[in-house]
Amino acid sequence: MRLVVDLNKCQGYAQCAFLAPDVFAMHGEESLVYDPQPDHEQRERLARAVAACPVQAITADGVDGHGALRGPEAPDGR
Amino acid sequence: MAAEHLDRLRREGRITIVGASLAGLRAAETLRAEGFAGELTLIGDEPYEPYDRPPLSKSVLLGRADPHRTELPRRRETDATWRLGVTATGLDLTAGRVRLSDGDEVEYDRLLIATGVRARPWPKESEARLDGVFLLRTRDDAAGLYQRLRSGPRRVFVIGAGFAGCEVASACREQGIQVTVAERAGAPLVGALGGVVGAVAADLMREHGVDLRTRVTVTALEGDATGRVRAVHLSDESVVEADVVVVSLGSQRNTEWLDGSGLGAGPRGIACDAGCRAFDFRGIVTDDVFVAGDVARSPHALFEYQFLSLEHWGNAVAQAETAAHNMICDGADRRPHLWMPAFWSSQFGVNIKSVGVPPMGEELMITQGSTAERRFVGVYGHKGRVVAAVSFDNTRWLEFYQRAIERGAPFPPEYPTMDRRAENRHPVPADFPDPSLPTHGPMVTLSGWSPADTQLVFHPARH
Repeated sequence: MRLVVDLNKCQGYAQCAFLAPDVFAMHGEESLVYDPQPDHEQRERLARAVAACPVQAITADGVDGHGALRGPEAPDGR
Repeated sequence: MAAEHLDRLRREGRITIVGASLAGLRAAETLRAEGFAGELTLIGDEPYEPYDRPPLSKSVLLGRADPHRTELPRRRETDATWRLGVTATGLDLTAGRVRLSDGDEVEYDRLLIATGVRARPWPKESEARLDGVFLLRTRDDAAGLYQRLRSGPRRVFVIGAGFAGCEVASACREQGIQVTVAERAGAPLVGALGGVVGAVAADLMREHGVDLRTRVTVTALEGDATGRVRAVHLSDESVVEADVVVVSLGSQRNTEWLDGSGLGAGPRGIACDAGCRAFDFRGIVTDDVFVAGDVARSPHALFEYQFLSLEHWGNAVAQAETAAHNMICDGADRRPHLWMPAFWSSQFGVNIKSVGVPPMGEELMITQGSTAERRFVGVYGHKGRVVAAVSFDNTRWLEFYQRAIERGAPFPPEYPTMDRRAENRHPVPADFPDPSLPTHGPMVTLSGWSPADTQLVFHPARH
């Protein structure tokens, strides 16, 4: 499982840190630190975090066994 | 006729992408997502599949992520041939061929150049080779530096207070390591955010115990008998003992391999049109060579059509998607690259974010919060328009200012804002360094000087 957070989009709602605390953590008021390759046992929590992000900033693969779970198809600025 | 040609390209054409990092990967995925069924080849000089770089100066140095485990998640199968650990050494535009360091050649119908940048090395080679002197761009760099930070250095010395240098200093302080930062300008981050915001960053660093020294340059790195770095000599005659030195002097664009190719490539990157098509050295747009990411310079309608060169993570993604789309489309189906510049940095517990192009701004107004509290939004104005905004721990307001930039809203803003303080009623000079003076490469290169300004001298390369 691999993940990346688009930190331009991230607004520090911290839903991910609440749902998958071993993967995501808030660092200071609104910065986010995360483990880009969490263990497989984090799969369900990570999937929930991806789905719960209010700004759809998390892209992950290997979570559902086929392809990527991701935020919106289009980037900002279109 | 043209439609038939395009159809054939999409079905059985050959597309080569030089550069296998963030932009290269996202372009490959977009090509497949949009129906390209031909041959796809990616060439990358590092022996690794595409990985994410931003964590290398942040969570990796804090021990919260493994430097060798930041590979980027895949959006989809790319079904590509990956040539990793191989460098592109030349380009033959006429024949449509890329030459490789292993003597091989790859032919293409369409080419995407996404070779990015590399860290600017310390200019004195013998000093750069001393044990304990690091650059920070690749995962190998980060792994080496992290290991050294773990071994309890007495003092880390960071040369250059751009974003990377400040993030390294922050990671050191968080782990209780003594750190000195030397910066040629009057404050950290001045190239990106100007002197007013730079002064806030300087205070933040000093509050966290960084020995910050401004308006000095490093004159020499001194090694001991065993070839380990032991001290740093400064232009003010002072000497600082340090056993780790991080050279953080910005970056250089990877365009040397294009020397003599006829492409408009040089130290400021590769110029392209709004559709990511590269210009040749005569300023004529090519039909089959595209550029994306840190190495590209493209005109932006929101910013006076200046050719912006953006070393931003988000730009690499958005430009790669646009370039890939345009590579397999014609005419009216093509899209301009009009991404709103945006970047983030995390240092000393503060989340710094920006939208727009701050260095375009002559003036700055703190519209919300207070610099003294390290929680604020600053808005940059250029010729009476809002062109950028920066936030310290105030990211949720940025979207509002992004819309203001898109609308060309007047500057100074004419409306009251939440949490406006009495001392911030009027704009102040943003205090950017004179762009005509030589400095280390800024993250955003502004090229908008009329020839009448005679600020830039054109030196054609000698081939």
